[in-house]
Amino acid sequence: MKKLLIALTATAAVLGGFAGSASAQEKKKICFIYVGSKTDGGWTQAHDIGRQELQKALGDKIETPFLESVPEGPDAERAIERMARSGCAMIYTTSFGFMDATVKVAAKFPDVKFEHATGFKSAENLATYNSRFYEGRYIQGQIAAKMSKKGVAGYIASFPIPEVVMGINAFELGAKSVNPEFKLKVVWANTWFDPGKEADAAKALIDQGVDILTQHTDTTAPMQVAAERGIPAFGQASDMIAAGPKTQLTAIVDTWGAYYIKRTNALLDGSWKSEQVWDGLKDGILTMAPYTNMPDDVKAMAEETEAKIKSGELHPFTGPINKQDGSAWLAAGEKPEDGVLLGMNFYVEGVDDKLPK
Amino acid sequence: MFEAILLTVITASTPLVVAALGELVSQRSGVLNLGVEGMMIMGAVAAFATAQLTGSPYLGILGGIIGGGLFSLLFGFLTLTLVANQVATGLALTILGLGLSGQIGEAFVGMPGVRLQPLVIPVLSDIPFFGRVLFSQDLIFYMSVALVFGISWFLFKSRTGLKMRAIGDNHGSAHALGINVVRTRYLAVLFGGACAGLAGAQLSLVYTPQWVENMTAGRGWIALALVVFASWRPLRVLAGGYLFGAVGIGQLHAQLLAQSGGIAIPSQLLSALPYAATIVVLIIISHNRRTTLINTPASLGKPFVPDR
Repeated sequence: MKKLLIALTATAAVLGGFAGSASAQEKKKICFIYVGSKTDGGWTQAHDIGRQELQKALGDKIETPFLESVPEGPDAERAIERMARSGCAMIYTTSFGFMDATVKVAAKFPDVKFEHATGFKSAENLATYNSRFYEGRYIQGQIAAKMSKKGVAGYIASFPIPEVVMGINAFELGAKSVNPEFKLKVVWANTWFDPGKEADAAKALIDQGVDILTQHTDTTAPMQVAAERGIPAFGQASDMIAAGPKTQLTAIVDTWGAYYIKRTNALLDGSWKSEQVWDGLKDGILTMAPYTNMPDDVKAMAEETEAKIKSGELHPFTGPINKQDGSAWLAAGEKPEDGVLLGMNFYVEGVDDKLPK
Repeated sequence: MFEAILLTVITASTPLVVAALGELVSQRSGVLNLGVEGMMIMGAVAAFATAQLTGSPYLGILGGIIGGGLFSLLFGFLTLTLVANQVATGLALTILGLGLSGQIGEAFVGMPGVRLQPLVIPVLSDIPFFGRVLFSQDLIFYMSVALVFGISWFLFKSRTGLKMRAIGDNHGSAHALGINVVRTRYLAVLFGGACAGLAGAQLSLVYTPQWVENMTAGRGWIALALVVFASWRPLRVLAGGYLFGAVGIGQLHAQLLAQSGGIAIPSQLLSALPYAATIVVLIIISHNRRTTLINTPASLGKPFVPDR
């Protein structure tokens, strides 16, 4: 029953997505596949804002059809292939879970360029791009340690994949750089998108005694709960200040637009090559929402850390760092390879959780 | 802390109970409406939009009820008047509802919602513990409790309820006795839609006062399962809804408690607990085949054409 539903939804979405874009053959089609709805207030919305900036910048040369709410899994492959057949010159697949589907379709369509967000598999015509979200989470951790009276923050996590684990670790490291005793409680919601469940997780954390919240899920529900309970919180993927004008301290804001424009221009002038891009704060692919609802000294600290990360003076993962069980991971001054970070499957010391395997 | 957890459980369980009660009435009349998810999300968007435009969460509730109810009439027209297949129509209703609500709601995305405030009942709310948990709730919670007992009375104590169950068990015989099958079913479907709409209103006005596409996130399907789980008995819907809500919230706390105790329990396992609990209870309930058979509406999902 569910399969049928997904298939029907996907078909409806495909038909809808192409309805308005059949004409204007000379324009290049730059296509996007979204995992959520373009108005989710978080992850997908950030990608869609990037798409709109791209459309605006290269207006008369391209058109940018997109498919929303494409479920990860076998249906993603059909959706991407459908896009490729419809004459897209380039396809951005914007969720980690589209990785294998993108690899398969890319192999079938060597003339189409593919760009997959946050993955680690590439090919001749398949590039990957990612953002160093952990840089922002390190800053959040520092702010949390300054703002929390109890020294315990709550973290609403989605799934135990390296990206999420890396974020948890960066947050804890940032917090410990300010308060070495700082603890982090983690709740796994096992979903990216379910306002109710995310709110429940937020309430559970607050009821268990945390006095600051951060999230790695997509909706503003946790921010809203934090606002009701009167504790500060951090936004995720998009600026969530509207959901908590007196609650949001800052947010990691994904700003994909500049990257989309750069890569699409490269396609148009023929210089596009398959690359594995992992940009951060300094490249503008990631920005911090204004530092609000905090004292000036905390704000100054956050701004200083941000500047140091941008200049390369500070790498959030700099030794000495111990693993959760106390065994040594990085020696003093040592920094990990990108590959190690991208495959991270262990916690650093101070995280009050056992990593689900 | 126990009190705080209980309050969270009530918020999480209420929409499940309300939507399941509506579907129970519809199914007791013999109509299987798989469109609960769609009607619920239509209720959620209608409630949010109405509350947003009028500034009143109470008009929002009304908007949710009307939104869900009107949407269910579409199902009624297709399956009762045109005698279309109920399973297929219900699925279509869900898909249509998810899409349509996204379209209607686009203007309301990101807006801070209007929260339905609790109605504190004087005197009763002064009772220690229970007063704060049971009598300082919002209107939709009180409605959910009233619905449980109201529907119980209606189905098993009133004449109209008896007629409706007769239709659900054998629409041919009921028709021969002169009961208006189609009209009764229309009303039952409408009631089911209104309840689903009310459940949706709870989501967008109480649970998470905001509008996001797909915000029901599968709760309509859980409500549908609850009806079977409760073997079509309203009180069991209440118990089942709260069991499901409690296990769902409990697993989040269990994660945290396990963490501070240093015990490693996979969170995926804990997330699956509500569903595992459902299966266990289902096995226990269906242990006695006779009672299950007595409660199952025999004409459920079967098309009815008056002149046959």
